[in-house]
Amino acid sequence: MIERTPALNLLTHAVLLSGLLILLVPLYLTFVAATQTLQQINQIPPSLLPGDQLLSNLVEAWTRSDFGQKFLNTMILAAGVVVGKIAIAAITAFGIVFFNHRLRMLVFWLIFITLMLPLEVRIVPTYAVAANVLSPFQTILDVTGVSWLVGQLSGIELALEWNLLNSYTGLILPLVATATGTFLYRQFFLTIPDELVEAAQMDGAGPLRFLWEVLIPLSRTNIAALATIMFVYSWNQYLWPLLIITDPSYGVVAVELSRLVPDSNTTGGGIPNWHLAMAGTLIVMIPPVLVVVAMQRWFVRGLINTDK
Amino acid sequence: MRRAYFKNNWVAAALVAPQLLIIFVFFYWPTAQALYWAFTLEQPWGGGNEWVGLDNFRSIVEDEHYWNSVGVSIVFALCATALSMGMALTLALAADRQLRGYRAYRVGMIWPYAVAAPAVGLAFRFIFNPSAGLMSHLNAIWPGVWDPILDGNHALAMVIVAGAWKQVAYNFIFFLAGLQSIPRSLVEATAMDGAGVLRRMIDLQLPLLAPTVFFLLVINITDSFTDSFGIVDTMTAGGPARATDLMVFKIYEDGFRGLDYSGAAAQSIILMLLVMVLTFFQFRYVERRIHYS
Amino acid sequence: MADISIRRVTKSYGKTQVVHGVDLEIRDREFVVILGPSGCGKSTLLRMIAGLEAITGGEIAIGDRVVNELEPRQRGCAMVFQNYALYPHMTVADNIGYALKVAGVSKGLRREKVRQVAAAIGLEDYLDRKPGQLSGGQRQRVAMGRAMIREPEVFLFDEPLSNLDAKLRVQMRLEIRRLHQRLEATSVFVTHDQIEAMTLADRLVVMNGGNVEQVGTPGEVYDTPVSTFVGGFIGSPPMNFLPGRVDGSAQYVTLPDGHRVPVDPAVAAGRAGGVVTVGVRPEDARFVAGGAPHSLTATFDFLEELGMGRLFHGRIGEHDFVVNSVDKTPPAFGEEIGIAFAPERVHLFDPESGKRLVDGNRPASNRAVEAGAARASAA
Repeated sequence: MIERTPALNLLTHAVLLSGLLILLVPLYLTFVAATQTLQQINQIPPSLLPGDQLLSNLVEAWTRSDFGQKFLNTMILAAGVVVGKIAIAAITAFGIVFFNHRLRMLVFWLIFITLMLPLEVRIVPTYAVAANVLSPFQTILDVTGVSWLVGQLSGIELALEWNLLNSYTGLILPLVATATGTFLYRQFFLTIPDELVEAAQMDGAGPLRFLWEVLIPLSRTNIAALATIMFVYSWNQYLWPLLIITDPSYGVVAVELSRLVPDSNTTGGGIPNWHLAMAGTLIVMIPPVLVVVAMQRWFVRGLINTDK
Repeated sequence: MRRAYFKNNWVAAALVAPQLLIIFVFFYWPTAQALYWAFTLEQPWGGGNEWVGLDNFRSIVEDEHYWNSVGVSIVFALCATALSMGMALTLALAADRQLRGYRAYRVGMIWPYAVAAPAVGLAFRFIFNPSAGLMSHLNAIWPGVWDPILDGNHALAMVIVAGAWKQVAYNFIFFLAGLQSIPRSLVEATAMDGAGVLRRMIDLQLPLLAPTVFFLLVINITDSFTDSFGIVDTMTAGGPARATDLMVFKIYEDGFRGLDYSGAAAQSIILMLLVMVLTFFQFRYVERRIHYS
Repeated sequence: MADISIRRVTKSYGKTQVVHGVDLEIRDREFVVILGPSGCGKSTLLRMIAGLEAITGGEIAIGDRVVNELEPRQRGCAMVFQNYALYPHMTVADNIGYALKVAGVSKGLRREKVRQVAAAIGLEDYLDRKPGQLSGGQRQRVAMGRAMIREPEVFLFDEPLSNLDAKLRVQMRLEIRRLHQRLEATSVFVTHDQIEAMTLADRLVVMNGGNVEQVGTPGEVYDTPVSTFVGGFIGSPPMNFLPGRVDGSAQYVTLPDGHRVPVDPAVAAGRAGGVVTVGVRPEDARFVAGGAPHSLTATFDFLEELGMGRLFHGRIGEHDFVVNSVDKTPPAFGEEIGIAFAPERVHLFDPESGKRLVDGNRPASNRAVEAGAARASAA
């Protein structure tokens, strides 16, 4: 379309440029801080130009906080959440969409409701459950009198216990417990035409075969989109790992970051080592940013489809 | 309406069982437990919980610190949302014109979403630090003009800016997608009818973007009640003097530091209800949007 | 005066040229239809007139202004889009009146004009509805009303009837024609449907692959197609094409089954002894007794019943041949039938270029035909 609006075009560029600056300036300042020495950073006011200490600061922050182990842990967490969520979402959505039984709507609503309450509002009891993940079953058995019965009959005291604190399972499972992926899949499955199902049935394929050989290949782009979002989400997890991980060998990067915060904000009592803290921030920021930039098309698509 | 189904319902049960199991253990049970704790009080000398009815709720409602955190949360939610949505909308409208360099701008706007909340908190804490970061330049000229360590309002402003910064990318993505879903022929029709760029924004793009605006409004506000933990914990730990004591942070403090499970549980219940009301609102509007277009 | 002059106009997207040098003169108040298959560049050409696409080369003038650099709103054109492009959040009244609102016309005057236009298109009772509540045909009329109200110099139509069902399409064709007569504006209409084109056009522009193949009145394009493409595109069912060889005397052409048919010697003279493509329309062929002089023999395949006639599908040698006849006697499958046609209804084309052969040695160019047409209509 022919549009002759030079003044407006200039304004548009100005707006976009300033927006970009506002978004990039914090990154730049973080970068600058990560390249300076302890003295430079505590100058008042500090320099706005980069120094030359980037590599040494990065190395020091890395070793001090044992980022190597943390990266590994976070990778495991992210991988676990991505795989877990996608696999469970796919089979659950399949079970809801392609079968017609009376309880279908009930199951749907049960899962739907979990969208309403993200983890942050139920941290306290969820933590208690993670401390002993079998406690619900224990309580049920107690309340229904089964454990009393077992105790009477065999003299064995039923005490189920499975502690998930400080474990990978404990990190991963509660994060898999919401329905975001399930809804993405459900929406996608609803667009599968009836004819495809009927053709498969005429060809003699059972439900599992249909799922594995037809639906999963068709949902490749959905998988990519969901995987991208879930990776970023789980990599950046802060609150939950903060609570259930006390053993540093299981720590994740986001939590480690908070330990880098200099203890005091003022210069009294210890000199704050912001340069290391900022180096650490850079380390933590890079992987998900790379993923988002490299896979931005999928990422955007995934965001829009899961939150609609 | 779907008509083609598979017949084997046991298979269906087996398929949904894993998710149901997980959400039972990690969602419904904790929620029920929170209810249980909220209505009872743990005996100080052990031996189970005692039913206290609404006592826990009453003591919360009478606690001025609680109302302080409610107030702080509301201010944070409204300010961060307004700031972030306003900026994102402006940027999306500008980006939608698809002038040269459009793709670069788009990538540039999206990446902040990938930054973890504590990373945002830490970076901004440094930037806004009165003696070490960017702001120290300001303080060098006018000493003491900026001091989030002592001044509650400054601290809250800092947290709001960090929160808004983090959310811009998310809002930008949705706004841009909404703008680009407007059929090109409508834009051309306005051009044929004589409308210029600004006129088109007001008469066509903004009205058609209204459902997206509603949707994002609710999501932003809801998320600001829950997502903000990472930022507050790394920036201010709720201070100074509770000036940034968001509801979600207070729950964490009371429950895990103060070991007041009943109080934390009661607060959680209230927060849960609030979030559920907001989410309910959101689904009503999302539905309307699907009918709208 | 709103003539449209299109001079040596080309359009390229990057390195790909999609419109290769179009020259066209459209007179004031003419109804010109641009016809062609998908991807031939007809919509692109229309959008270049409107200002919705930039002109890569050449120039377009509306009236006496060259409009290459002008924005759409400065060109004095109104457009009816293929999918109507109605503003979904505005009422019918607001949709129709939008251009006036942009132009700053007062509310009262606007309301009056909208009412007039709504009466003209028969939608006075629907002014408060939204487009989502209207049927396809009603939406189309709102789109037309929106264009009408501006009283433009030029009306542009981008395949507006393609999304309507067959019956509605016929109805709307008449309405568009009536509208054109009443408004006396220059109209450019793009379509891929040759029936629409033939019934609506004052003049027809046939395009293929980014080139203009022929410009002429519907009669001219039908009677004297300038290439095998035009011959095959206009007319339903399409023209039959057979390879043939002109005999030495240039009076006959020998066809694949060995039979000879008479042709116009003036046309065939330049090709004596050479190969040609023979084109005959199904409706120009008639049945004769087998073995009659100067006839063909075709093997009958099957029959399509049209009601007002029948389509007889057969084969001459290995070439398909269709005859459109009202003859009621059904031949048997495999039966041999005799077919004849008048020499003046036989079209001869160059087998390689597809161009029509005319008097003299050289194949005709569409320019010559167009010049002839211009002379004829100016007379």
